[in-house]
Amino acid sequence: MAADSARYIDGATGPWEVVIGLEVHAQVVSESKLFSGAATAFGADPNTQVSLVDAAMPGMLPVINGECVRQAVRTGLGLNARINAYSIFDRKNYFYPDLPFGYQISQFKQPVVGEGVVTVELADGTTRDIGIERLHLEQDAGKSLHDQHPQLTYIDLNRAGVALMEIVSKPDMRSAEEAGAYVRKLRSILRYLGTCDGNMEEGSMRADVNVSVRRPGDEFGTRTETKNVNSVRFIQQTIEYEAQRQVDVLEAGGEIVQETRLFDPGSGTTRSMRSKEEAHDYRYFPDPDLLPLEIPEALIEQLRSELPELPDAKRRRFIAELGLSDYDAGVLVAEREMAAYFETVAEGRNAKIAANWVMGDLQSHLARTGREIADPPVSAAQLGGLLDLIADDTISGKIAKDVLQAMVETGKDAAQIVEERGLRQVTDTGEIEPVIDEIIAANPDKVAEFQAGRDKLIGWFVGQAMQRTKGKANPKMVNDLLQAKLKR
Amino acid sequence: MSVDKATVARIAHLARIGVAEDELEHLAGELNGILQWVEQLGEIDTENTPPMTAVHDQGLPWREDRVDDGNKRDDIVANAPDGVDGFFTVPKVVE
Repeated sequence: MAADSARYIDGATGPWEVVIGLEVHAQVVSESKLFSGAATAFGADPNTQVSLVDAAMPGMLPVINGECVRQAVRTGLGLNARINAYSIFDRKNYFYPDLPFGYQISQFKQPVVGEGVVTVELADGTTRDIGIERLHLEQDAGKSLHDQHPQLTYIDLNRAGVALMEIVSKPDMRSAEEAGAYVRKLRSILRYLGTCDGNMEEGSMRADVNVSVRRPGDEFGTRTETKNVNSVRFIQQTIEYEAQRQVDVLEAGGEIVQETRLFDPGSGTTRSMRSKEEAHDYRYFPDPDLLPLEIPEALIEQLRSELPELPDAKRRRFIAELGLSDYDAGVLVAEREMAAYFETVAEGRNAKIAANWVMGDLQSHLARTGREIADPPVSAAQLGGLLDLIADDTISGKIAKDVLQAMVETGKDAAQIVEERGLRQVTDTGEIEPVIDEIIAANPDKVAEFQAGRDKLIGWFVGQAMQRTKGKANPKMVNDLLQAKLKR
Repeated sequence: MSVDKATVARIAHLARIGVAEDELEHLAGELNGILQWVEQLGEIDTENTPPMTAVHDQGLPWREDRVDDGNKRDDIVANAPDGVDGFFTVPKVVE
C-alpha cells in the first residue's frame, strides 16, 4: 500500500501509523428537550429554558420527545446504518455541577442506531469508507461559566437535557486530513437531513478525539481521548499534536497512558486532565424511569421514504444527468444551501454555465460582501434571469459581470439594470458597421499588416470596436464583420 | 461476588457519600448480605426469558415536540443558596 506509507509519521526509529476514532456529539434539531417540554433555542437568558425535570427536582419523571427519536432514526438512515427497533436508556453516573441529576441519561449497551458507513473524499480525489460503530441518544449537560467571578463558577441549565446524538466512528481514520474530511462530510449529511445544524461555533457539534500510534500492521496502541474539540481545524491540530507527542514518548522509551486530555486552542497543544481520571467509573445501569425505546418498523420505513436526496446521491446525479465535472459536483453539493441555489439557477438552463457562475462570480461576491449562500445578495432566480439575458444575446458574458455587480449593489433584477443603463447588446449590423469602417479607415498600417498575414491582429480590431461601443456590440458580429471587410 | 472495605470506600467516594473508616467493615457486611440475596436469582434458568422491564404491559410513552415548559427561572433557582443574576453558583471548578 504505497499510498499509505506517505501518511506515516517518520520517527527516528522508523515509521509510525496514526489511528484515529471520533465521537461526535451532535445537538438534535428539535423545539423542546429530549425528556422535557423546555425550549432548546440558543442564547436565552440563564435558566429560563429549564423545566423542573431538567433541574432534577425530586419526583420529576422524564418523558421522551418523539421527534428526537425520529431525528436519530433519520440520521441513522443517512449514515447507512442499522436502526435498532429496541433500545435502552441507561444512567451514566458522575458528579459535576452542571449535571443536576448526578447522572446523564444515555444509551450504553443497546443504542438506537448500530453500524453504518460514511464515504469521504480526500484532496487527491480518492475516497475512503469510514465505519460508524453506533449512534445513541443522550442528554446534554448544563453550561459552566468560569470567567464571571474570581471564586465562583456560574451554572446555566438552559442546555441541560437538550438532546444529543453521539455518533461513534470506528478507528478507521489514519490522518488528520481523513478526520477533517469525515467531520465535514458528517456535518454535511446532518445538515441535509435537518437533524443537526452543524454549527460548531455555538457548540452544536463537538468531538472527542481518540488518537493512538502503532508500527504499521501492529496491534492498536494505547489511545488518549481529547475532549470537546469544537472545530475541524482544532480536531486536526489535536491529531497532529497528539500523534507526534505519542511518537516522541514511545521513541524516548516511555509508555502512553490511557487518559483524558484537553485541547488548548491558543497553543494548539493538548494536556492531561488528571482530575477526571477517577470519573471513568460511570456505573451504568438501565434507567428505571424509562421503558425500552421501541420503534415500529412502519415508522422506520416511513422516515426512510421521506429522506431528502443526500450529498453522495446528489453528486452522482449532477455528474450523470447535468454533465458536471466530479470536482464541480463535489463543491456544489457540500452545502445543502449551495446545492439548492445551484439547482434553482440550473433549472431549465445550461448546467455547466450555471455551475461556473455560482462557483465563480457568485462565490466572489459572497466572499466580498461576507454573506452566506443561505442569505445571498442576489437570489438564485435573479442570477438565473441574468443567465437568460446572456443566452438570448441581450448582453454579452463580459457585460453580465458588470450587471451582476450592479445587482449585488442595488438588489434589482438583471433585466431592469440592463434597461436602465442601456447595456443591451448591439446586434444591429447598421450600428456596428460604421464603427468598423471608421476603425479600418483610421488604421491603414494595421490593415496592411493584417492582410500581409498577421492574423492575430484581429484581436486588436475587435478590442477597438468593443471599446468604441462601450462593450455593447455583440463580439461575434464584430468579429464576423471585421473578417469580411479586412479580407477584401 | 463480594465487596471488601476498600471497595465500599471507593463506591462511597464515587457517590459522594461520607463514610467513616469505622463504618466500612459493617457496611461491607451489609452489602455482601444484599448481594448474596440477589445472587439467589442465579439459581433460576433465565436463558430464554426476556428481561422484565415493566410490571404492566405498556410501552414507553412519546411526547410531542412542543415547548410547554420553562420560563420559571425564579422557581428553578429558588433553592439555590447563592444564586446570582439567575445563575446557580458553585465554588470555582475549572481545569
